[in-house]
Amino acid sequence: MSETLPLSIQNNRRMEKWLRFQADRTVKLAVGKVEIGQAVLIALTQIAAEELDIALDRFVTISGDTADAPDEGSTSSSQSIEMSGRSVRLITAEFRARVIDRLARRLNCSPSDISVEDGAFLLDDEPTGHDYWNFSGDEDFAADISGTAQPKDPSTYKIVGKPIPRQDLKAKISGAGFIHDIVRPDMLHARVLRQPSREATLASYDEAAIRRAARGEFQVVRVGNFVAFVGADETTVQRAAVAAPNHAVWKNVRQLTPAHQEAAWYATQPSDDRFVGDPVPETDAGEVVTATYSRPFVAHAAMAPSCGLAEWRDGHLQVWSHTQGVYPLRNSLAEILGLTREQIVVRHAHGAGCYGHNGADDAAVDAAVIAMQIPDRCIRVQWRREEEFAFEPVGTAHMTRLKAVLDASGNPIDWTCEVWAGSHVQRPIYGGNMLTHEALPNPPPAPKPNDPPEAAGGGGTRNGTPLYDFPKKRIVHHLSLTTPVRTSSLRGLGALPNVYALECFVDELAEKAGVDPVAWRLAHLSDPRARYLIENVAKRCNWADRGPGGNGKGMGIAWSRYKNRAAYAAVAVEIEVDQEIRVRKAWIAADAGLVINPDGAANQLEGGLIHAVSMTLKEQVKIDGAGIASLDWSTYPILKFSEIPEIFTEIVHAPNQPTLGMGECTFGPTAAAIGNAMKHALGVRIRDMPLTRERIAAALLGG
Amino acid sequence: MSIELTVNGQTVSVQAAGDTPLLDVLRNHLELKGSRYGCGLEQCGSCMVVIDGKAEYSCAKDVSTVAGRRVETVESLLDHPLHQAFLDEQAGQCAYCVSGIMMTAKALLDANKSPTRDQIVAALDSHLCRCGAHPRIIRAIERAANVLREGARS
Ligand code: FES
Ligand code: FES
Repeated sequence: MSETLPLSIQNNRRMEKWLRFQADRTVKLAVGKVEIGQAVLIALTQIAAEELDIALDRFVTISGDTADAPDEGSTSSSQSIEMSGRSVRLITAEFRARVIDRLARRLNCSPSDISVEDGAFLLDDEPTGHDYWNFSGDEDFAADISGTAQPKDPSTYKIVGKPIPRQDLKAKISGAGFIHDIVRPDMLHARVLRQPSREATLASYDEAAIRRAARGEFQVVRVGNFVAFVGADETTVQRAAVAAPNHAVWKNVRQLTPAHQEAAWYATQPSDDRFVGDPVPETDAGEVVTATYSRPFVAHAAMAPSCGLAEWRDGHLQVWSHTQGVYPLRNSLAEILGLTREQIVVRHAHGAGCYGHNGADDAAVDAAVIAMQIPDRCIRVQWRREEEFAFEPVGTAHMTRLKAVLDASGNPIDWTCEVWAGSHVQRPIYGGNMLTHEALPNPPPAPKPNDPPEAAGGGGTRNGTPLYDFPKKRIVHHLSLTTPVRTSSLRGLGALPNVYALECFVDELAEKAGVDPVAWRLAHLSDPRARYLIENVAKRCNWADRGPGGNGKGMGIAWSRYKNRAAYAAVAVEIEVDQEIRVRKAWIAADAGLVINPDGAANQLEGGLIHAVSMTLKEQVKIDGAGIASLDWSTYPILKFSEIPEIFTEIVHAPNQPTLGMGECTFGPTAAAIGNAMKHALGVRIRDMPLTRERIAAALLGG
Repeated sequence: MSIELTVNGQTVSVQAAGDTPLLDVLRNHLELKGSRYGCGLEQCGSCMVVIDGKAEYSCAKDVSTVAGRRVETVESLLDHPLHQAFLDEQAGQCAYCVSGIMMTAKALLDANKSPTRDQIVAALDSHLCRCGAHPRIIRAIERAANVLREGARS
């Protein structure tokens, strides 16, 4: 293995952090990545079962637990399977090799004479009486992982690559399965009166009026500008929380206007400017073409408002959260509450799919702050729907201006991608603040503008550099010093707005050159994996017969390689436009290397596509007054069942390529394919998302 | 006050104010956690239950209005073909939306064993799913309908 050891292993070197063999003939596999609906746990278990040759049903897979599972940072950016999967493969291969080597010495044979059947060791196909459970010992578990064992040859796989069903689904569809469903002894329900904005102070509130509205018993916990209603009856505290904002007077509340909800607002703001790529030429030696595209602020809008539980007993804090990172959350809790890390255990519990950083961590901090005031009880904080929409961090608005300099035959010789956006990630490790922290005495300073570095795939710059064979490319990134509302990571960060811009602009250049958009792409692209996908999708959607368009029906195509180094996807869509766009059919071709679980992979690809259709056609966070003004599903609509396209998915078989996550790769291409299909359908180009009825009408009038 | 209703075939009596949301009674008084809180606004369908054969939101429904009526929740579906069909199709990502959707599907299939795809989709428009599991969910309901029809034939 010439590659360096995955970070997951570097940070958790001891074997016992990952793997334990238990007396009941089960295997405990502990991982740091958490299940967020992406079926990661079954995939990781498949990898371990494959390398160890142990039946899948013997595995008990633990994830996201600061007491019991390794620290693998956050679960994000399709990294679960890329990093964690590689780690689990190396670890289990090494464990197997270690134990078999020792057994071979004992039996005086060669390791290659020993085979494994459901965890039992055979010598020349005869039972040896030894198995992982009785033969592995402390020396194996205490060992440091070297990462040098040779995993199996993919061509021999029996478990990896199979559509094995997930284990967690059953509980979730039959009763309790989510953090929201946890019941603890002595549990108290809590709701929070939210500070309307950073630095707002609570001048007064009418507790008697709130109690009248609540019609039941509860206690009020107040710490600085943080106020919570806590009681045994959930209905009562919910009523208190619904009534409370009308009976509270705040000073120093931020005032925003609808101008803040547009991406163009960032262009008026001071920014931290960065430059990536080739130097700017002295003069533009050719025809200059530019176009500007944008995506507004978008919500994670998970189906479940966030929830957190905490208990403070005997100087120890136990927290349950649907956070994407239990260790980073533990660090934040220690800092905010003035505890040591050792005093805190954070356990992951399942939440609803949100594909990024929503209110999960904040709800956990809410619960912990209350628990510190009411020891020896479990405090369960459930956010309300309007609270989730108003206070979860949202995906930042993002504006991309592209500039191409064309030679005499219309080929780009110089390319500039200029981005204006707020921070795409405001997790605390990227300088962001926990919501509750800002309401406590001694609040933290204003969040610092910060974005993931290029080495982590970038944030605003993600997918900003085209993979086409243009000779000179660069990105200019204007990272706004402030954001009007809290922003943080949402599926793919800047990839969707940047791919929307890039792949729409490419269509515009093709049209200008009088070349078919597929042919134009192929003419400027040498990566064989990308070319294959584009040709595949074009063939399956009958691209060649799409006709001249203009009659309200349109077809569009787009592709990208997520982060320019992860999974590839090409997407074609067929749409109909009346007053609104309906996406009727969609074709996906994806290449994500070795596929661990094809059913889980298809689910991710198609889920990403539907999420992108929703975002492209409908989604925009409205901003007004103190903050976010779109607080329910009627003001923040998402795609409905009757609006789902028929989807045709094909995944390339590439068992010898490293596994790449599938969660984000269809996201950007879908958006751009819709933009391109819209142009084909009615001859107008809409560069600002979402492509709503109003935008379509305006474009038709303007065109 | 004390309110009597039938939940999943059993008559239960709950002590609750009459305007307590049915969803809170199911989740907290009866500890049936399969009906979920998504919005409390009758907009998302996470809380869907079947009342006297009809799929209805439970999040904003006063428990007093279901006194003496028959309420079914997802916990009653363990032996229903819908349950296995959703597992067979792996019909969900996070699956938070699924239990409510299964109740709408239950009411639909009780009334119509051969729903067309359009009828299924129309019934599901009272639900939202954030994860894009829609195609699988529709397939799972079609699969369950098939199983029910075959069961009726044999
Ligand atoms: S929770 Fe009842 S419809 Fe959303
Ligand atoms: S599967 Fe997550 S909301 Fe539907």
